[in-house]
Amino acid sequence: MKDVIHKYLRPKKKFPHVWCPGCGNGIILGAVARAVDSIGLSKDEVVLVSGIGCSSRAPVYLDFASLHGTHGRALAFATGIKFANPELTVIVLSGDGDGLAIGGNHFIHACRRNIDLTLIIFNNNIYGMTGGQYSPTMSTGAYGATAPYGNIERPFDVCSLAASAGANFVARATVSHVFLLEKYIKQGILKKGFSVIDAVTPCPSIYSFFNKTGNAVMMMKALREKAVMLERVAAEPDENLKDKIVMGIFADRNYKEYTQAYNELIEKAKRSKKDEEPL
Amino acid sequence: MLFYRLYKDEKGRKVGFLQGNEACVEAAIIAGVRFFAGYPITPSSEIAAVASEKLPAYGGKFIQMEDEISAMAACIGASMTGVKVMTATSGPGFSLKQENIGYAALNEVPCVIVNVQRAGPSTGLPTQISQGDVMQARWGTHGDHPIIVLSPSSVEEVVEFTIEAVNLSEKYRNPVILLMDETVAHMRERVTLPLESEVTLINRKSPEVPPHEYKPFQATSDDIPAFAPFGSGYRYNITGLIHDESGFPTTNTEEVVMLLERIHRKIYNNLNDIVKVKKFNIEDADMVLISFGSTVRGCLGAMEIARAQGIKLGVLQLVTIWPFPEKVIEELVEKVKKVFVVELNMGQLIFEVQRASKGKGKIFGINKYNGWSITPQEILKKVMEL
Repeated sequence: MKDVIHKYLRPKKKFPHVWCPGCGNGIILGAVARAVDSIGLSKDEVVLVSGIGCSSRAPVYLDFASLHGTHGRALAFATGIKFANPELTVIVLSGDGDGLAIGGNHFIHACRRNIDLTLIIFNNNIYGMTGGQYSPTMSTGAYGATAPYGNIERPFDVCSLAASAGANFVARATVSHVFLLEKYIKQGILKKGFSVIDAVTPCPSIYSFFNKTGNAVMMMKALREKAVMLERVAAEPDENLKDKIVMGIFADRNYKEYTQAYNELIEKAKRSKKDEEPL
Repeated sequence: MLFYRLYKDEKGRKVGFLQGNEACVEAAIIAGVRFFAGYPITPSSEIAAVASEKLPAYGGKFIQMEDEISAMAACIGASMTGVKVMTATSGPGFSLKQENIGYAALNEVPCVIVNVQRAGPSTGLPTQISQGDVMQARWGTHGDHPIIVLSPSSVEEVVEFTIEAVNLSEKYRNPVILLMDETVAHMRERVTLPLESEVTLINRKSPEVPPHEYKPFQATSDDIPAFAPFGSGYRYNITGLIHDESGFPTTNTEEVVMLLERIHRKIYNNLNDIVKVKKFNIEDADMVLISFGSTVRGCLGAMEIARAQGIKLGVLQLVTIWPFPEKVIEELVEKVKKVFVVELNMGQLIFEVQRASKGKGKIFGINKYNGWSITPQEILKKVMEL
């Protein structure tokens, strides 16, 4: 496993990385590298795209072409790359704030458009880089720098949102279930169409500071305790699952992919040749 | 659905009675643009509609994004794969695009942004003319950044300047703004589209070194780094953070200064190549109207009437608004008795004319901002009054 990661780090390593000790982001990054490796993609076929935030620093460390974009717009940049060159495998690394708040519109439209991108949400329920503001996945009642009296907003369920918006593949795992996470990322990359992997990860410095959730080990253990597989709880009512993290595959289907549909449109447009024969 | 037909002239060139918006797409295709991402907004919408019909017929791509911001981002992403890109918008959408225009400037991503100006602020007068985005085109995005802005006054110039805009963006690896206005965008004129053999097309330069030696932001003799498309075997990072020559974030003070100075130098050391004006009866003029966009037409009309009355009036059309043609203005104000800056706003370009004049000359503003074009008579009346 060690060798795989080293194979994909930049030749001039960009360490020390920006993440705090105990952060789960590196685990997700490792899972991405191993998923790419197990598919057998060459480094030149892959492009990583990210937005702004802790998670979005990830592409700097891996030896792929990469675009570290503006806040919330990772999917929009990625859409341009993939649409212009559908041969590329485009993987988007985003956070819960970047991908679902400021980038929420792009998120639902990428699902609807079903363009062949793989989005990995580094979901730690908080804005880490800016100092702990509440994010769209923070639980009601949790605390943050901008939720000193407890968060009164309700969290998005990333997976049901993605599934109902039309993504072809939607799955969730935590960084405490790294083999499952890697498996889902691989499935997401292989899936033609838009894939969303909700990667639940602890923030032991900022989130824990506001919510007293303990150190990294305690938070990793908590993820294992809270996680349940979708198959086992499918019949349970939602209120029984309030404190649970439901892992599994929430959508796996084959709606028509956007760039394929557009290639057909190009053939149609070329046949019509409306412009090519001036009078 | 297209609302124009193209005919062929004796040399095989396409000829038609086109709106500025339609001509813009035809010219972009000639210039090699094969990617357009946009969002509907009046009065630029025809550009997107024509692009959606024409581009795929040339094997190109059109996408209507979910908003203005993502349209700009998609263009940047596409440009990173090596394709020539364009987007089009109007005032409110231009505001939304600004953050990513800054991203393109910092990362030296070639792209053309068409801004069909309408009256503002805010939603303003969506179907009516204004030239209120002179300063937004220059300073709309935050931070120091270079920008190139061209402004056409006729449908024929839309064709000419669109091709020029694409070429400049490729040559200098910089966003270029085609600053149209509602009148130029919607009026129809007879235009002849040049044959491909009649235009010079410029492509961003490719690296001459192998991937392991390549630095995406390395200063070369002309300060313009070589471009390697994503997916070509050159693996590198681009970021909106201030970066070193390799494209990785840096806070090293020398590297910060080096990057910012280089991206400005590559434009400002080439003003002779970039900055263009058109002069009409300047040689013997006592007074000169300085203008841009469709307003130039009113100025030319005013000049004709004035000349018939023996008044020596000339017109200076700013083809390039940014970088501002400082030298031309400085020389002009010394030569003539009065200059008038004619613009459909409450006075924006005039500040630049005053700055470039360095306290010399007599400078007056002729402004209109009620949503309508200015007529030759209105201009002449003001000239006589001031």
